[in-house]
Amino acid sequence: MSFELETATVASDNLRRVAIDPVSRVEGHGKVTILLDEDNKVHQVRLHIVEFRGFERFIQGRPYWEVPVMVQRLCGICPVSHHLAASKALDVIVGADRLTPTAEKMRRLMHYGQILQSHALHFFHLSSPDLLFGFDSEVAQRNIVGVAAKYPDIAKKGILLRKFGQEVIRHTAGKRVHGTGSVPGGVNKSLSGAERAELLKDAYQMIAWCRDAVKIIKELHEQNPALYDSFGNFPSNFMGMVAPDGSLDLYHGVLRAKDAAGNILFDHVDYQTYDTLITEEVKPWSYMKFPYFTSMGPEQGWYKVGPLARVQNCDSIPTPFAEHERRELVAYAGGKPMHATLGFHWARMIEMLFAAETIKELLHDDDIEGSDLVVTGERRREGVGVIEAPRGTLFHHYQVDDDDLVTMANLIVSTTNNNQAMNTAVREVAKQYLDGKEITEGLLNHIEVAIRAYDPCLSCATHALGKMPLEVTLVDAEGQELDRKYKH
Amino acid sequence: MKPDTLVFSWGNPSRGDDALGPLFADAIDALQLPGVECLTDFQLQVEHALDLVGRQRVLFVDASMAAETPFSVKPLSAQRDASFTTHAMTPEAILQVYADTQEGEPPSAWLLGIRGERWELGEAPTRGAMSNLDAAVRWTREWLASG
Repeated sequence: MSFELETATVASDNLRRVAIDPVSRVEGHGKVTILLDEDNKVHQVRLHIVEFRGFERFIQGRPYWEVPVMVQRLCGICPVSHHLAASKALDVIVGADRLTPTAEKMRRLMHYGQILQSHALHFFHLSSPDLLFGFDSEVAQRNIVGVAAKYPDIAKKGILLRKFGQEVIRHTAGKRVHGTGSVPGGVNKSLSGAERAELLKDAYQMIAWCRDAVKIIKELHEQNPALYDSFGNFPSNFMGMVAPDGSLDLYHGVLRAKDAAGNILFDHVDYQTYDTLITEEVKPWSYMKFPYFTSMGPEQGWYKVGPLARVQNCDSIPTPFAEHERRELVAYAGGKPMHATLGFHWARMIEMLFAAETIKELLHDDDIEGSDLVVTGERRREGVGVIEAPRGTLFHHYQVDDDDLVTMANLIVSTTNNNQAMNTAVREVAKQYLDGKEITEGLLNHIEVAIRAYDPCLSCATHALGKMPLEVTLVDAEGQELDRKYKH
Repeated sequence: MKPDTLVFSWGNPSRGDDALGPLFADAIDALQLPGVECLTDFQLQVEHALDLVGRQRVLFVDASMAAETPFSVKPLSAQRDASFTTHAMTPEAILQVYADTQEGEPPSAWLLGIRGERWELGEAPTRGAMSNLDAAVRWTREWLASG
């Protein structure tokens, strides 16, 4: 099936093509193509995923116990999410139906450290240039270095929040990168008293800075509701994991989905059955699949995941400051679901605050110094692990043979779950801002702002020097290149 | 007290020649040179500006598609540019973040780019890249010894 503006309805040789290749300031390689007619009217918009292959092949044939470590190499931005999702799937394989308190709390600590550092990176260093300077501001200023120059206090907090999250990961995963802390059935270390004290020393300051961050994004919404409430605003379903009591839980729980009006579509679903809920549609123009709720079909069943979905999918947040801020967001939206794309930033900062508060609570829990680290049970051949990664719901599904080798791996990463939503967002923004206008860098940046709000991880591609230029190409109806610009 | 010299490399060990950065760190670390600390990560990120605090000099090291074979070296200066992506923050931008947030001049810095060719997930580094790595390590030993 095809959505509005997914495929042009007039002959494409009468249209000119604008390509944004790859999208800057998102992870990996992405490309947006926009087909315009002579009057600059938008006829087709597609977010292409240039490189998103080989994950499953990378995993198949490996001994299962290697998987939690090796999957970290799928992504340099969220290795901990893959580490933990794989571990959770392999918990099922080794029959570890209930982890020890120390193991579960250490994993939670690691995960919320990852949420904190990823959200801090995204807001302070990826999106704040757009939000603080404006989407049309001078391109040379619109980056984190520009933020550091004009708002050094904000830049410093961002760096230190991220650094703190990285330290939580280092102490729980055992290493600064390529950690090994989580293993099938549990963890291989707990915190020492010294490690715990070192992290606790800064935990309260981090909470205060996270509260400041929520305040910044909330004020931006209040100061300019015309922009924040309308930019990329489109209805969709939401999906995410919640605790069995309906509260926000980013580490473990059950699947819940709501429709665009906030009505429950399904709830308390065991994620071991995810493949009965979700179908992944393949489209010829993108490597990335398009998931949808099977029961609703591709036209009605696509959904958003990630912060905006999660904060509105849950009934409450179990930490006081974040719960207060969740209520503020709900009140701002008038009791109806917020669908505006820039709402992702607000929700993301609420989650960052939730992560900081949760880290503090876990650091006060004596179980994290425990010594009972691993459990095992009846060996199984198949397992699914789900975690709410910074960008959204992440599925890892494995089958393992009698020789302990992985025979099947299926991953649905957060960005894949948001594929249709991101495509819809760029189409809405193209209609809203580009239609009938001369294309400028500032206008094209509106498209990128919409994509960045989802914080996509497009491929976890390599990032060697010279591998990540931004290329914008303008081609006329005859296929002649009119202009080409690079950013390095 | 931090060692005066920081060698900071980055790359993904499981993406072909992108492994040159971490392999370089392993090789230099194994030399156990006094006054030298090696750090490595998947990619260069803003918080790495804090790793520069208290250093006299820094050598940034990455695999490169643009470097001469076997490697290229160039001095770096803090630079405000528009290149930022969360996968590809430049070392110049890290130096600028240091200057803007640490209220002082960043340490002297150089970029060592080791020529690589292939970057596919699950691939081992190419033979040519490993040869380039050896040459880069030899050069770095002398550079570090020159103080």
